Amino acid sequence: MSIWLQIVLALVAIGLGAWVLRFAGQKATGNKPFFRDMPISVAFGYVLGAAAVIWGIGFYFHPGATFFRWAVQGFVGFAIAAYVFRLFGRHVGTQGTKKLFRGMPLTASFGILTILIYAVVAIFAGLIAPYGQEEILGQANVVPGGDVAFGGNPQFPLGTDQIGRDILSRLIYGAQNTVGIAFATTCLAFFLGGTFGFLAATLGGWLDQALSRSVDVLMAIPALIFALLLMTIASVWSTKLGIPLTYFMVLIIAVIDSTRVFRLSRAVGQNIVVMDYIEAAKLRGEGLAYLIFREILPNATAPLLAEFGLRFCFVFLTIASLSFLGVGIQPPLADWGTMVRDLSQFINFAAFAPRVASAPLLAAGAIALLTVAVNFVVDWMLHKSSGLKE
Amino acid sequence: MSALVEINDLWIEGRSDEQWNPIINGASLSLNKGEVLGLIGESGAGKSTLGLAAMGFTRDGVRISGGSVRFDGIDLVNASAAVKRELLGKRIAYVAQSAAASFNPAHRLIDQHTEAPVQHGVQSKAESQADGIELYRRLRLPNPDEIGFRYPHQVSGGQLQRAMTAMAMSCRPDLIIFDEPTTALDVTTQIEVLASIRDIVEQFDTAAIYITHDLAVVAQMADRIKVLLKGDEVEEAETREMLSSPKEDYTKSLWAVRSFQRKQKAPAIAGATPVIRVKNVNASYGKVPVLHDVSFDIHEGRTVAVVGESGSGKSTAARCITGLLPPRSGHIEFDGEVLPLDYRKRSKMQLRQAQMIYQMADTALNPRKTIGELIGRPVEFYMGLKGAEKRKRVEHLLEEIELEPSQYFHRLPSELSGGQKQRIGIARALAAEPKFIICDEVTSALDQLVAEGILKLLAKLQDSLGLSYMFITHDLATVKSIADEVVVMKDGRVVEHGPKDEMFRPPHHPYTDLLLSSVPEMDPDWLTNLLAERGIDNIGDAAVDKM
Amino acid sequence: MGGVLRIILQRLFLGLLTLLVVSVVIFVAVNLLPGDFAEAILGQGATPEAVASIRADLGLDQGMVVRYFSWLSDALRGDLGTSFAQANFASFVGSSANLGGVTVADQIAPRFANTMFLAGVTAAIAVPIALTLGILAALFRNSIFDRATNILTLSSISSPEFFLAYILILLLAVVNPILPSLSNIYDGMAFGERLQKTLLPALTLTLVVTAHMMRMTRAAIINLLASPYIEMARLKGLSPLRVIVVHALPNALAPIINVIALNLAYLITGVVVVEVVFVYPGIGQLFVDSVKIRDIPVVQASCLIFAAAYILLNLLADILSILSNPRLRHPK
Repeated sequence: MSIWLQIVLALVAIGLGAWVLRFAGQKATGNKPFFRDMPISVAFGYVLGAAAVIWGIGFYFHPGATFFRWAVQGFVGFAIAAYVFRLFGRHVGTQGTKKLFRGMPLTASFGILTILIYAVVAIFAGLIAPYGQEEILGQANVVPGGDVAFGGNPQFPLGTDQIGRDILSRLIYGAQNTVGIAFATTCLAFFLGGTFGFLAATLGGWLDQALSRSVDVLMAIPALIFALLLMTIASVWSTKLGIPLTYFMVLIIAVIDSTRVFRLSRAVGQNIVVMDYIEAAKLRGEGLAYLIFREILPNATAPLLAEFGLRFCFVFLTIASLSFLGVGIQPPLADWGTMVRDLSQFINFAAFAPRVASAPLLAAGAIALLTVAVNFVVDWMLHKSSGLKE
Repeated sequence: MSALVEINDLWIEGRSDEQWNPIINGASLSLNKGEVLGLIGESGAGKSTLGLAAMGFTRDGVRISGGSVRFDGIDLVNASAAVKRELLGKRIAYVAQSAAASFNPAHRLIDQHTEAPVQHGVQSKAESQADGIELYRRLRLPNPDEIGFRYPHQVSGGQLQRAMTAMAMSCRPDLIIFDEPTTALDVTTQIEVLASIRDIVEQFDTAAIYITHDLAVVAQMADRIKVLLKGDEVEEAETREMLSSPKEDYTKSLWAVRSFQRKQKAPAIAGATPVIRVKNVNASYGKVPVLHDVSFDIHEGRTVAVVGESGSGKSTAARCITGLLPPRSGHIEFDGEVLPLDYRKRSKMQLRQAQMIYQMADTALNPRKTIGELIGRPVEFYMGLKGAEKRKRVEHLLEEIELEPSQYFHRLPSELSGGQKQRIGIARALAAEPKFIICDEVTSALDQLVAEGILKLLAKLQDSLGLSYMFITHDLATVKSIADEVVVMKDGRVVEHGPKDEMFRPPHHPYTDLLLSSVPEMDPDWLTNLLAERGIDNIGDAAVDKM
Repeated sequence: MGGVLRIILQRLFLGLLTLLVVSVVIFVAVNLLPGDFAEAILGQGATPEAVASIRADLGLDQGMVVRYFSWLSDALRGDLGTSFAQANFASFVGSSANLGGVTVADQIAPRFANTMFLAGVTAAIAVPIALTLGILAALFRNSIFDRATNILTLSSISSPEFFLAYILILLLAVVNPILPSLSNIYDGMAFGERLQKTLLPALTLTLVVTAHMMRMTRAAIINLLASPYIEMARLKGLSPLRVIVVHALPNALAPIINVIALNLAYLITGVVVVEVVFVYPGIGQLFVDSVKIRDIPVVQASCLIFAAAYILLNLLADILSILSNPRLRHPK
């Protein structure tokens, strides 16, 4: 039977199921509006969703579905952790934090928990990691899992890389290096973009025009492309001046990213500047510093905080991509992007040795997990600050 | 005969802050064929929600939790979507508050007009188009044969509102819901729209629910009036009876607002130096001139009301006085001393003497500062007071604006009501101990009862502190109650200027006359009499255009 | 119509101006190198004679302004210079014969075509899926479907491209060998085989772009459905289908076109990492390789091409949304 015929048959079956669902629902509830006004497309959606869930449960017990099982276990594990964390937050802490946790969706509490864990790991990497990040430990290519039968070693729970460094330690130090550098870069980008953005919004005139037009031009070059171009040039400077390339990277990405921050802070600033209370302060005779720091900034914190999260993700992904491409954070510093590139060939063993393939995915997953977490928190913040307008 | 619309003990809830909150608490009403019911109430009274519920419609996040709505015997609460669709547009029509936003920008007016008749199978497209042009003619739209072929953004607000009334009429419905159709319009435009709506509703014997917050408007339009307060019914009666002898205290207080009137002070002694003198001021935004040779004086302890419709330049005049918009020519004097035109060049002392109170208290108070900080800043900035002295002064100011200091000192603006916020705005202006305050439409965003409280407070402060006010407003009722002198503006020029009593007594400048005559009065016969007296072509925009 | 034409011409002019300024920025950035290309190519151990010889070959002894205009006029004629990596420098062979070697244009042209093919396949898959899902999510907002897609798209946006790429390789190339994990396409390959080899990188890009596009479509439609004229249409008793097709769609056109163009522009950046993962012979991979070996003429040229594509797509979005705006099409 061809795959297309199977698909068509499945769709027909779901369609029939949808009709039955609606009909049965109408009869069972005595024609309640929920079933009476239900379009067949919506019923189709319900049946399709149910079919997908049933298929997923069946597939979970399929012997070949190792990665699917891991994914489901991971998902459920994180969901439970997030739920427990939220429960904890609702009962411990000040009145304010308790209230915050009460209206929090599970995704956001998952995000906050993950960010906290990353922060702790990054700060105390030296204490947590069993080995040094550059330490070569003799045994190369130890399989993750710590199970001797599969080629693992309990001393190296996540195995070792091709020159014998402990992957777990490198992942932990990676948190410090990758996250730390990304955080510093974002702060620098905010300092630059925020300062110029608010100045442009408050002063207006030629300064605003000059800054805005230059930012327009810089933003017309795609960020990653521009970063790669500048990194090429920086690599020449770096060898010439003897300054590590990583410093140049921080500066380059911060400058590129500050253009985006400039746009936002200028827009936020302009929205605030037209408010009557700013006019009142101007007419009172207040100076520029008072206007920016006492009147404008306190009203800009919410959107800026959300933007900080988004920009951090963007910077973090750009750095990871550069490192993955081999022009970002330089060895011997442990860094997730570089690790993914170095370990990537292990993916090809996935069919017969799933554990071997998990090493590069762990590094890539570490990147994805943090950005997903930050995005969940930002999404929640934006939703909260926009009220319930939707 | 059974009623056309029968609403019985209707409860409606809205979802906010993760819970259902009541909007309408057990309202009932009944409406006969051809009858017009006025729904009146302040903001938040639930009048729009009730009006929409009469169509069997609730907005997203709003639900009917109990009671019944029957239209011509059909149960609209439990009717299926298909049954309601069959009624909407065909037998029940809706006229929205903002016609500019409620017409689809992508289609011509006439195509939107013919949509309901064609979709409901009442008329063919050609028939409906011809009928639409006829309705445009009856509603006295200019160029009725041609105007329908324009897009909404090509037509003015007042005309759009009439085109929307025509659209509601397209299927000759039994019932039309008018949801504040004239609120966004200027008075001279409003009167035209009112006359047209009343006319056409009478001609086709259509029943209507007319929703508004303006008593004088509803008095012209409705046969019966129902008063709502925060989702509760207050009372209902025939229009004349309701106007002459309201029963409930709340209704009486609403009616009484219109009667607040201050005595006009004696004109200032001739030759005395005015607090503010605006002399031959010309101003423009970029290259567009907005003020032409504007001059007027404001004397100590007097209130000068600056009146005009939107675009007349009254707010621009205020911006020139404060120095936000330096005039092209002319000058501003304060106590006989010529002020620098740009506020940045004025001294702290000069800035202190002229303060401003804004229309929207929401945007005039920094939402991140407490009341104490908001009022304390000018106290510290101008008077140099700090610590306990500053606090004492702020508390004194709070007492002056009749708010309990201990209760409000640490609150944020978002925790106050609209009227309280406006009082904080007044206190902030007073904190500078000025001689002169510009009040820019300070009451127009407030409900009538609250607005009256603000006017009384301003009057009291004027008497005790000898303040001079420049009172910018478009509302002539406010002018009547508080002004000593009146300046009428139109298209950036002063058209008339004099003591209030003279202004409200003929002979007037023709524009002042038109403005005065366009303000609806509480008398239910007012519109009828006015039309009889002047003729339909001598009111509204048509009359403005003739000038 | 005159007004619209003027606005469009204005935008076109602005776009070209931006492109010109961007070319200056790229040129200046490259020329800010300490020393110059010659040292960069030969490294620090180069003999002064060799450096001087290359300088002469590349015309580096002339002023920056002169060089910019000669580079620009060459670029406009399709001559993007000679690749360092492929160059047959006179100094190396010891003769003063003219530069042989492969020109940058020769290197870029076939790879540019490959990248366009990849982007085209991605767009063909992503655009219909994203629009359908976005509109469905907007219509059934706050339903389980909406929440689930929100979580999925947010995760997909947040993940680095190489993570998604390896997951897809894992699932579709290694565990279930359906598609090849290497996209070694070459000239003269049959279309079917080419498509099959391009599918995995295209799917990776689809995941990222669809998520972005879907979220933006959803936001645009929700914004639209909240407008008073949609409520008016519903209050006229029109069928839900008619409300969507006649009243929402004409106004949704501008935002949707904008969303598509912006995301196609986004594809340009995404393509770099994905091409490297799948060893896809496109311009992105060439770019990264050239960055690593500091082949500056190629870097400069690819950068200009990426920027030009990005600017043009944004310009297109701008112009199309002007054309679909009734207020601008029918001026007062």
